[in-house]
Amino acid sequence: MMEWETVIGCEIHTQLATKSKIFSGAATAYGAEPNTQACAVDLGLPGVLPVLNKEAVRMALMFGLAVNAEIGKRSVFARKNYFYPDLPKGYQISQFELPIVGKGELSIELEDGQTKVVGITRAHLEEDAGKSLHEDFHGMTGIDLNRAGTPLLEIVSDPDMRSGKEASAYMRKIHALVTYLGICDGNLQEGSFRCDVNVSVRPKGQAEFGTRAEIKNLNSFRFVEKAVEYEVARQIAIIESGGKVIQETRLFDADKGETRSMRSKEEANDYRYFPDPDLLPVIVEDALIEQLRQGLPELPDAKKARFIEAFGLPAYDAAFLTGSRAMADYFEQVVESANCEAKMAANWVMGELSAALNRAELGIEQSPIGASQLAGLIARIADNTISGKIAKEVFEAMWSGEGDADQVIEKKGLKQITDSGAIEAIVDEVLANNAQQVENYRNAEPDKRGKMIGFFVGQIMKASQGKANPGQVNQLLKSKLDN
Amino acid sequence: MHTKTLAELSAGLAAGEFTSVELTEHFLARIRQHDGRLNSFITVTEEQALAQAREADARRAAAQAGPLTGIPIAHKDIFCTDGVRTSCASKMLDPFIAPYDATVVARFLQAGMVMLGKTNMDEFAMGSSNETSFYGPVKNPWDLACVPGGSSGGSAASVAARLTPAATGTDTGGSIRQPAALCGITGLKPTYGRVSRYGMIAFASSLDQAGPMAATAEDCALLLGAMAGFDERDSTCAEREVPDYHAALGGDLKGLRIGLPREYFGEGLDSQVAAAVETAIAEYKKLGAEVVAISLPNTHLAVPTYYVVAPAECSSNLSRMDGVRFGYRCENPKDLEDLYKRSRGEGFGSEVKRRIMVGAYALSSGYYDAYYLKAQKIRQLISQDFTEAFKQVDVIMGPTAPSAAFRLGEKKDDPVAMYLADIYTIAVNLAGLPGMSVPCGFADGLPVGLQLIGNYFDEARLLNVAHQYQLATDWHRRLPEGF
Repeated sequence: MMEWETVIGCEIHTQLATKSKIFSGAATAYGAEPNTQACAVDLGLPGVLPVLNKEAVRMALMFGLAVNAEIGKRSVFARKNYFYPDLPKGYQISQFELPIVGKGELSIELEDGQTKVVGITRAHLEEDAGKSLHEDFHGMTGIDLNRAGTPLLEIVSDPDMRSGKEASAYMRKIHALVTYLGICDGNLQEGSFRCDVNVSVRPKGQAEFGTRAEIKNLNSFRFVEKAVEYEVARQIAIIESGGKVIQETRLFDADKGETRSMRSKEEANDYRYFPDPDLLPVIVEDALIEQLRQGLPELPDAKKARFIEAFGLPAYDAAFLTGSRAMADYFEQVVESANCEAKMAANWVMGELSAALNRAELGIEQSPIGASQLAGLIARIADNTISGKIAKEVFEAMWSGEGDADQVIEKKGLKQITDSGAIEAIVDEVLANNAQQVENYRNAEPDKRGKMIGFFVGQIMKASQGKANPGQVNQLLKSKLDN
Repeated sequence: MHTKTLAELSAGLAAGEFTSVELTEHFLARIRQHDGRLNSFITVTEEQALAQAREADARRAAAQAGPLTGIPIAHKDIFCTDGVRTSCASKMLDPFIAPYDATVVARFLQAGMVMLGKTNMDEFAMGSSNETSFYGPVKNPWDLACVPGGSSGGSAASVAARLTPAATGTDTGGSIRQPAALCGITGLKPTYGRVSRYGMIAFASSLDQAGPMAATAEDCALLLGAMAGFDERDSTCAEREVPDYHAALGGDLKGLRIGLPREYFGEGLDSQVAAAVETAIAEYKKLGAEVVAISLPNTHLAVPTYYVVAPAECSSNLSRMDGVRFGYRCENPKDLEDLYKRSRGEGFGSEVKRRIMVGAYALSSGYYDAYYLKAQKIRQLISQDFTEAFKQVDVIMGPTAPSAAFRLGEKKDDPVAMYLADIYTIAVNLAGLPGMSVPCGFADGLPVGLQLIGNYFDEARLLNVAHQYQLATDWHRRLPEGF
């Protein structure tokens, strides 16, 4: 049986979070009525000219600095010529020979805890096209040019990834990076962040690459992993049955979990790139680079190291919590407001909260329970107002919008009983009702008693509806039983 | 009134000799009377013109008139004009009503000028005889069997016949200077970047430049002052002070160093044209100028270089004319490909199609280095020729065109012969320098133009050098018979 190696390279299109388009003053906001956010420049009317949005350049440079890349001190916009109805000018303004960001690198965490360095080939600025709408036009096609001219940073990786998991880890890391930098809203559903993967297989040990297929427009981390897995299996099956993989563009069908060839004719496109004579070369001064470098926020790797160092978190927790800037910010706010052990906050954020968010398919930004609310809950555990078990019930109520922790505890009467007189009364009652068990306990060897005491604790908690403070219960039981 | 220069009309309006409405009605009447023979206008905007004239008179009554307020002007139909058909003399844009004003148009409106209409031209400015227009050829008012030159042939002919005191033109390879020469008027192509290209339908973006066409250098000075200056909507527009060109007229030419490139007086130059130019040089000597023999050794490469660069850029610039959003669309397209092929096939004329094909070929992968890239390198060499020359001289002179106006149809089917009509003008565009043509005599009753080439942004000197000549001669005062 031949052993195969998978080779993957990614091209990620990140939509830059500028207010206006890359070459016009029209707004970039998502979801407006078709063609209401397209000005004469975006429509490609005769006579109009592009003017570069400097904010897009700054954002691209921030990315370059974050991946330690060579900065293109002189980059050039080029025209990529092809006809398509949603491409108004008949060419896309992109960068070709001289991109704004050159060679860089990025480290990703693998499942076994190892890190791996993935090379960044380049990143270049370009404008997005519009959208073709095929529904509701009675066999005709509608064109919406709101998206035309939206600034994109296309980030191209080296073919360094060897599995679908690595590819999705890379995509997550780039996602974390651009959202940390604040240069992309990271919204996968709205297409602000989409990934094309180039996949090929080769016999293990072979130097040259196999023929690759490009899977376009993957907008979820999970889809990247699944698409790669499917594609690898498909290619190996073709080769092992004596066939040849053809170079083509494929689409991933998320419902069926398979990739299929795009129906568009496979003609060799000649884009006839040449420098756009309407735009001057972009010259980046050292002073600007230095200014941007000073202003960079704390990036995921640095934040992770700090979480381990300052909060004493395990590496796994730190990696999870720094996976996105929103998650990290949320966590830090919880720790600060609750004034609790960091590990306790981490357990709640990674456990109960993340599970609930996943079930509801929400991002942490959309969490119905805000960081200060969660902190309020954790504070009540820390100060013994409620037990950890009761806390889960309070959490559910908070999730359904029944108020903050104190309100829920008050309304439902979930406050822990810490009045030792009240607890003693319950303990006495339970002991009186279970005389036989008390007898057995007292006759048992001391090393067996530990297990037996659990029975009494359970009875007492039941009698108190879970509200008795477990520490006080244990203490009282021991003193009463052992004497 | 029509025999007055623009400067004289300006003085007449200021002195209250006539109103703008009277002036406008006079020129509109001349257009009605004579343009049937010339075909120099595609669109006459009578109503708007009279409304603008009334506004100009009101402005004058309110003491808010400038030197150009109330003076009529015609715009080459390559400039977008809000609410008025902007056809570029092509079937493709015959239905196109521009929704905005080009910067040049807006600036003249602001100065209070009155737009009479839009002038005929070669289709998309591609031609040297005005025979490629969808609206039919323009006739030369000096001989109706002859061409007016091109591509700004309608502007040149209408000014020569005094159907308008002034017109705008654009010059990509000689399209202001060559028709100015053939029609016996004064035309200026400014330094690349001196005048905004916004709203001027692009032919070859790195070469196109708008400029004034009028009876005299003084008129051109007044017009350039209003046209020139930075425009944030054109990235290639120079951010540079605009001198008062009119105030700079004056000062004698003693010690002016005139360079005569030997390459401009060689084979292919009509002997009567050569004689007229030599007489003009002799006049300059009388005015105190010195003559220096110079060489522009790469002159012979200018035409072939131009016919790679200009078609390459136009092949991309004209892609937006695709039948999707505006302009001509073929009847009942079968599918998308049919829509593109027939809309463009039916909408463009043969010279435009020839250049698109040449340009697409020059940019194709595998040919790009040999054609486009090499042409760009030669372009550098051609610029260096001028840089060297301007170390020795203040202005370069020679013939504008190798012959006077040729007969309609004479070169129509011989593209190479037609391309050679611009042999002395093209290098100036490749280098981005300012150039002028002034009337300097006749050859068999047809006007001859003297070309003046200046250093970068040296328009003020160029205009004065032309102005001093016009103070000493009266070629620019001659009018064609029958108009």
